[in-house]
Amino acid sequence: MSIEVSALERFAPGRGKALLRKVSLDVPDSAFVALVGPSGAGKTTLLRAIAGLDPYQAGTVSLDGQVMEDVSARAGQVGFVFQNYALFPHMTAARNIAFGLDVLPAARRPTRARINERVRELLELMQIPDLGGAYPARLSGGQRQRVALARALATGPRVLLLDEPFGALDPIVRRSIRSWLRELHDRLGLTTILVTHDQEEALDVADRIVVMQDGQIVQDASPVDLDSSPATEFVMEFLGEAVSFPGIVGAGRMVLDDPLVLPFSVPDSVADGPAVAMIRPYEIQLVPAQPGQNAPLRAVPRGARNGYRHYVLNCAGHDGIPFFLPQDGADHALEGAALDISRARLFRNGLACL
Amino acid sequence: MKQFFLALLRSNRALPGYRLSLITTLLWAGLLIVLPLSTLLVRPWQDGVSAMLTALRDGRMFAALWTSFSCAATAAACNLPFGLMLAWALVRGHLPGRHVANALIDLPLALPTAVSGITLATLYSPHGWLGEPLSRLGIFVSYNRLGIVVALMFVGLPFMVRAIEPVLRDLPHELEEAAQLLGARPWQVFTRVIVAPLLPALVTGFGLAFARGIGEYGSVIFIAGNQPFRSEIAPLLIVVRLQEFDYAGATAIALVLLVASLLVLLLVGMMRKRLALWSEPA
Repeated sequence: MSIEVSALERFAPGRGKALLRKVSLDVPDSAFVALVGPSGAGKTTLLRAIAGLDPYQAGTVSLDGQVMEDVSARAGQVGFVFQNYALFPHMTAARNIAFGLDVLPAARRPTRARINERVRELLELMQIPDLGGAYPARLSGGQRQRVALARALATGPRVLLLDEPFGALDPIVRRSIRSWLRELHDRLGLTTILVTHDQEEALDVADRIVVMQDGQIVQDASPVDLDSSPATEFVMEFLGEAVSFPGIVGAGRMVLDDPLVLPFSVPDSVADGPAVAMIRPYEIQLVPAQPGQNAPLRAVPRGARNGYRHYVLNCAGHDGIPFFLPQDGADHALEGAALDISRARLFRNGLACL
Repeated sequence: MKQFFLALLRSNRALPGYRLSLITTLLWAGLLIVLPLSTLLVRPWQDGVSAMLTALRDGRMFAALWTSFSCAATAAACNLPFGLMLAWALVRGHLPGRHVANALIDLPLALPTAVSGITLATLYSPHGWLGEPLSRLGIFVSYNRLGIVVALMFVGLPFMVRAIEPVLRDLPHELEEAAQLLGARPWQVFTRVIVAPLLPALVTGFGLAFARGIGEYGSVIFIAGNQPFRSEIAPLLIVVRLQEFDYAGATAIALVLLVASLLVLLLVGMMRKRLALWSEPA
């Protein structure tokens, strides 16, 4: 089921602060989209608006081309998993899951036996077949999450909205439930929107990443595009650790303010003028000194991760530039004459230079 | 029990002064609660078993007890919806002046009960502000059991509200949203998602209001009319017996009142525990 959000605007009640500023978003059928951004960016606000839980002052939300008015219009069509799971505490896992079917008008409600059968199916699907009789207070975080998901799926919705569903889980459970969720999405042919503040999680699981900031969508792209060409300085920084070097573009070359950083050539399409070069720590190269030349740069090892040894580079004007090298056994301080940052991306006034 | 005494003897506890605080607590509870209650259990039999048996065969006493218990139960039951509504308005409704209302709710607890009794009697008397229009409708509140119920509702309401309010406050708003998204209609949201998890709190509130209602004296006697066999409450009858120097009669009523109240409160406690099974963690 496709979701179209067009020019959605929402203001905070009372003070009138804009929470969503003319947000438009098209999610095609069976896409898996992650909404990311810092806290207060409007991710959850947008998700709740799509679900119809909060009123919005302008704009529309459509499902399969049909404009949705309020929550009751979406009831049963949209599955929503809350950050705190919002399980009904006084009902067993099975009754929680059956809720969406139990409240149907008698004419449309399946028989008791059919409902129980459906609950059993869902418990199996969630890999918690024995927990039907347990109350939420006795379940672990991961189990509650699965029950919440099963409850959201019981009425057979085509759209699944997840608000920070992994927030309260420990890292190992998080990782396994994440890939399991993606599998479930593919198997059931759902259209899923996931809100998370963890960009790694988003890059891991989603087909498309929508980055939000200050109630606006800053970039909407595939993980690959997002990684290779972030639209703004903010996106670049949000997606991972980045180091910036100010400089000036002229005659097809970027000359950095810091003389220890080597100039590099830029495409002709970049206009002359001041710019900022941003680079990931693992893209920085340390140029070794020639014999006889002195080496003013010194990098000391500090930590390691994912096969990379982390170093901290100390040079005048910068406080500790991080830079990562593939681990190769050598584990001592490095010295160099200059930094090569030719793989950096250029930004001007916060926006990417193309 | 054995473990309990062993715990008393053991001193290597994380809590500093564990033994001291435990002894203080037990002594305090014993002096304030157990001692007076056990006196009440022992005293009636001091004039002899036969005097006690005669006193227990008093029809007026049973009528008074029945009045007390039935009126207290009715008042507590009537307070259930009102208490729920009030607690709801305090927690969820962002009404102006709710802080004032919040303070007003506890006022019946602070007011001398005689004051509230006289106030209610004046209001509901056949010539009072509320009594007159009601009497024209054929509803007579004062000087009968309805008056007792009204007075007991007045004093019992704070217990109900204060029992429900914190639980309702802890109930995440998302539960209602989740229910709506799952297709529940408004009354289904109310009954299945709000009232159902509040049941233990409602039972607790009922128990507290009921217990208070049984013991209530001052606010009731002015509005009740106090006719024997009709609108005479048990606490009043105790005072009447005392004034007649019939100590056996007075203590007999007190004993029955005590035992019956204890049984009812035990029942309420058991029911609450039953209803709150879901809240116990593994």
